[in-house]
Amino acid sequence: MSTANSQKVIHWERTRRLMITHLTIWFIFSFVVHWFAPQLNEIAFMHFPLGFYMAAQGSLVVFVVQLFFFAKQQEKIDRECGMAEDL
Amino acid sequence: MAMFGDFKTKAGFIENLPKIYGIYTGGFVLFILLMAVLEQMGLGSDTIGILFVAFTIFIYALIGWLSRTMQIDAYYVAGRQVPPVFNGMATGADWMSGASFVAMAGGIYMGGHAYLAFVVGWTGGYVLVATLMAPYLRKFGCYTVPDFIGTRYGGNFARLCAVLVLVIASFTYVTAQINATGTIASRALQIPFGVGVWFGLLGILLCSMLGGMRAVTWTQVAQYIVLIIAYLVPVIWMSNKQGFGVIPQLVYGDAVARIGELEVLHQVGTLKPAATVAGVSALTVKHATAADSAIASFRFVTLVACMMLGTASLPHILMRYFTTPSVRDARRSVAWSLFFIFLLYFTAPALATFTKLQVLDPNLATSIIGKSIADVNALEWIQKWSNVGFLKIIDSNGDGILQINEFFMRGDIVVLATPEIAGLPYVISGLVAAGGMAAAMSTADGLLLAIANALSHDLYYKMIDPKADVRHRLIVARILLVAIGAAGAIVASFRLTGILGAVAWAFCFAMSGLFFPLVLGVWWKRANRPGAIAGMLVGLGVGTWYLYMVRFAGMEPWYGLDHLRFGIVGAAASLIAMVVVSLATKEPDAETQAMVEELRIPKGETILGSTH
Repeated sequence: MSTANSQKVIHWERTRRLMITHLTIWFIFSFVVHWFAPQLNEIAFMHFPLGFYMAAQGSLVVFVVQLFFFAKQQEKIDRECGMAEDL
Repeated sequence: MAMFGDFKTKAGFIENLPKIYGIYTGGFVLFILLMAVLEQMGLGSDTIGILFVAFTIFIYALIGWLSRTMQIDAYYVAGRQVPPVFNGMATGADWMSGASFVAMAGGIYMGGHAYLAFVVGWTGGYVLVATLMAPYLRKFGCYTVPDFIGTRYGGNFARLCAVLVLVIASFTYVTAQINATGTIASRALQIPFGVGVWFGLLGILLCSMLGGMRAVTWTQVAQYIVLIIAYLVPVIWMSNKQGFGVIPQLVYGDAVARIGELEVLHQVGTLKPAATVAGVSALTVKHATAADSAIASFRFVTLVACMMLGTASLPHILMRYFTTPSVRDARRSVAWSLFFIFLLYFTAPALATFTKLQVLDPNLATSIIGKSIADVNALEWIQKWSNVGFLKIIDSNGDGILQINEFFMRGDIVVLATPEIAGLPYVISGLVAAGGMAAAMSTADGLLLAIANALSHDLYYKMIDPKADVRHRLIVARILLVAIGAAGAIVASFRLTGILGAVAWAFCFAMSGLFFPLVLGVWWKRANRPGAIAGMLVGLGVGTWYLYMVRFAGMEPWYGLDHLRFGIVGAAASLIAMVVVSLATKEPDAETQAMVEELRIPKGETILGSTH
């Protein structure tokens, strides 16, 4: 296998791992947290009931921050594997 | 207007974007101030409403006209030169429809925690867009979503199936948007609804017809600026008046707690309405309380799942990421899109909370629950909205005092009526009308363009007449745009469905037919043509069948999966069909597999040429 090809394999492996990491976070804040909303509502966070807060704001903040991180991390992978675009 | 002259010389225009939209925003703020001054000088509220809507539509149409083009890549993908931040704003406007702007806060007001599933679903879907789809579709270099399906899987039939799903999902959605523009235009301009629909369509077409994606992009950025100002200003104003400061989104926890106390006082949830009134309802659901049962949790997460997978399958959203200069920028642009969408979505629950407090809290002058019905009926906003049938007061127990179960309201009016409820000047109401118009128009534009482009590029050019020249293709694209818009307006004027129901259906149709064929096209090399065709047709077929059975044939929903959640059933069927059929048939040829590998790395040329 030529080096260019093995670079491609490594690049895709790292890309896939990054995707799985982010989708795990996404899964927790999309589904798991809200499944337990009644229990979380017993806890106060910034004067909010936590279950309500997570659905109204908390999960949203996580998604936004996560996507900026994702873009940065994927750019790093692309660069390090020599797969980034020539801009 | 001289600076707009640069619309044709690409480089200068792109560099000057921050300046151009900065001046535009300043101009819009000046316009608001001018209206405020005129209001003080005695200008009537009707005239202010008309001026707001007419002025903003004129600006959008002007941008649309200045962006006219006869170049194929400018028409289909805005010349692939839209910077990530601006594409993010355009996506925000493309995304946030009349339903988000007008109905979301009202839904939370009436439905409490359960309704927040829409807020979570309509934001988290972008994580799927960023990680699974947008960068790869950008690398592909397609003009439309069926363009990707048709090339990745090969063959006209696969392409045709994708066009079919796209048209069904987007057309369902666009009728709801034209309905919303008609509703707002008819109220603001005081014209009948039927005329309002056509007027709204005219505005929509002025933005998109001459310049295609390029024109839609630059008008959507302008529309985003109007809609976000219109949404934030009343909330911040109201929060200030109630002593919650200038970033109300962070500090309304105390307001939520106060509503909890008032719910006990007014017996929300305990006092059931004694009468039912068509189209309006009394508040019976607690604001922040989440129902404590497995079925309630299941209904919450399934609605979230439908909205998220739908987001990642809706062609008018995916095609926005075809317009960025690079794969890297497509990824960044998804993050910016979500940021701009977040600004509105995390404000909606705050708006619902403050408005509810205005109505419930006896310590506030604006409150009505617990007051004498004679006094409440004398309020101007109560009269105005009662007259159009969006609000009703019935003294069921005859004690002359308004109880929570005697006040009936349509949730949709919360955003539009909030400035009046809170006693803000009329200029704010005019601003909100302009914002709602911007939200509905921008989404309708994106959807119409997605449909017309799929029909002109995939159906006409790729299948019917591959030898057609550029001029011909662009003329066909425009004729289709007008024809589909007209068809949408005709369907909208029948008012077959509510706005929100139609929107949820569109998401479920899109995810049933397109989600897995798109994702597996990138992430599973083994996926082949028969598999993709089976995935699209079985998904769409099973989804539609389930919708029909549950909604119209009286079938008992499976595990509480009602007609808003039929996408779960459709997408599951699609996944199974696609995997089984792919594995049962021959793997894709070496050339296709090489193409998928190429698709996965940002470096290098796009798979499809820049004009194809």
